[in-house]
Amino acid sequence: MIRSAITRALFDTRLARTCCLVLGVIVLLAWLGPLFSGWEFDEIDWDAIESPPSVEHWFGTDFIGRDLFVRSMLGARVSLGIAVVATLVSVLVGIPWGAVAGYLGGRTDQLMMRIVDMLYALPFVLVVILLVVIFGRNPYLLFMALGAIFWLDIARIVRGQTLRLRAQPFIGAARLLGVSTAGIVRRHIVPNVFGPALVYATLTIPGVILAESFISFLGLGIQEPDTSWGVLIADGTQSMESAPWTLIFPGAMLAMTIWCTNMLGDRLRDQMEAGAGYTRNSAERARRRT
Amino acid sequence: MVRYLLIRTGLTLLTFWLIVTVVFFLMRLAPGGPFDGERRLPPEVETNLRAAYNLDKSLPQQYIDYLGMLVRGDLGPSFRQKDFSVNELVAIGLPVSLTIGGLALIIATTVGIAVGLRAGLSPGSRKDIALMGLTNIGIALPTIIVAPLLVLVFGVTLGWLPTGGVGSFSHYILPPIALALPFTAAIARLTRGSVVETLSQPHLKTARAKGLTERLIIRRHIFPIALLPVVSYLGPAATSLLTGSVVIEQVFELPGIGRYFVQGALNRDYTLVMGVVVVYAALILMFNLLVDLAYAWMDPRIRLQE
Repeated sequence: MIRSAITRALFDTRLARTCCLVLGVIVLLAWLGPLFSGWEFDEIDWDAIESPPSVEHWFGTDFIGRDLFVRSMLGARVSLGIAVVATLVSVLVGIPWGAVAGYLGGRTDQLMMRIVDMLYALPFVLVVILLVVIFGRNPYLLFMALGAIFWLDIARIVRGQTLRLRAQPFIGAARLLGVSTAGIVRRHIVPNVFGPALVYATLTIPGVILAESFISFLGLGIQEPDTSWGVLIADGTQSMESAPWTLIFPGAMLAMTIWCTNMLGDRLRDQMEAGAGYTRNSAERARRRT
Repeated sequence: MVRYLLIRTGLTLLTFWLIVTVVFFLMRLAPGGPFDGERRLPPEVETNLRAAYNLDKSLPQQYIDYLGMLVRGDLGPSFRQKDFSVNELVAIGLPVSLTIGGLALIIATTVGIAVGLRAGLSPGSRKDIALMGLTNIGIALPTIIVAPLLVLVFGVTLGWLPTGGVGSFSHYILPPIALALPFTAAIARLTRGSVVETLSQPHLKTARAKGLTERLIIRRHIFPIALLPVVSYLGPAATSLLTGSVVIEQVFELPGIGRYFVQGALNRDYTLVMGVVVVYAALILMFNLLVDLAYAWMDPRIRLQE
């Protein structure tokens, strides 16, 4: 069921297929792009400082003469890498939390989900900046912590799935056979909720990418000479008056990635909800989008 | 209604207290003291500084003192900007941020609702598809791209508007528009969705059967119902407007509260960050409370549930 929902969401319309293609190209470029360019990401071309796109420098160069193509690709690699890591963290925290809450039920469930609700109410950027203050000196730790924010959705979904699973006869059978609570959660609940949870986790990717670019844009995330889309856009903002391409190329890549992942994510969610009967009111849906 | 109001207010205060508590202890967890500088301070100086900033007491005592100060509306001194109290910094920054945020909220709601109504009243029409396509772009473009692009087009290339700073009226045009864009799009989509939903309701048939004019039907029977989800979206929207203004203030070089927030985070100015979080949290909670009350006032079913 999950597999067919995924293929439907990704390939059913031309728009969806285009989005897949665009994302595929961006991932490939992030992975292999730097190999095709003769420049290093921190190499300075003294003859071409702030030069427009040319045969030599496909995306032009930035304000100190570094090749923007290589930097954009490296930025893509960092931004996408962070998105994947943070998403994995969110899955690792969200699945156990949701599964335990859903399986135990009662007071424990109430308490655990109340905590999720409360964290949900906290304004996202406040949390992020607090994390920056706390993890300040280590951007990579910070981005792991980003995952720790995004686990809330996963926990909610896993709990919902667990509630439905708990009523299934095979769980009762396991309990009759004397399997411990921890054993049931680990062996019977988690493997069964893993698939849907992973699909929902991919929906958090645009959110993480945006959060990363936002933090790095403010100068609180990835630091020079390392780069990410957020850093590149911040640099581009500084030099856009004389060299608009420094803003336009990384900006366009970020915008396309966000648009495509959002678009595919919405389709995926609709397909899954149609199958799972999980719905959300329209206001909450709108809130997720921003 | 009074009961509902009391419960909601109580819950809001409780949440506020919880946020203050969590943030207070989180800040104490952060590595490095506030006085870690390039050079180590002599022990006597450090002792005096600790006493001056009330850091020499036990943690529970510090916490109680901080709550006491908050009740009196005092956010304490700034660790880094030695001549300023956090209150003074907030007093400088808040008016700018609130002006930008308020203007953005007005733009987002008026334009968003107008666009949503237009599109929703004729679903599937060419106008509808074009408008919704535009909102799709508005949602996908992050502020960190839109704001610099607006500066580039209207500030640099066309030279119509100033590229940043504060001063005349013209300084307050681009920043609110840049800030409002994604919310305008979100509100437009939300309004369209609920207008389309409302169109299929039976009471509209009754209204038409009574012979009401189309204009009156829209105003009396579609508008109030279709607006409910928009009202409930205003709470989260206001939150995101506040936080979004952090980026806007950076791009347009505005001396708002968001700038102090980022500065505080960069300098590890704990009291400043803490103070800004407290102010943000208070504003957001207050706004959410107002939205909830407005919602209950508009929709009697909610009052009855509580």
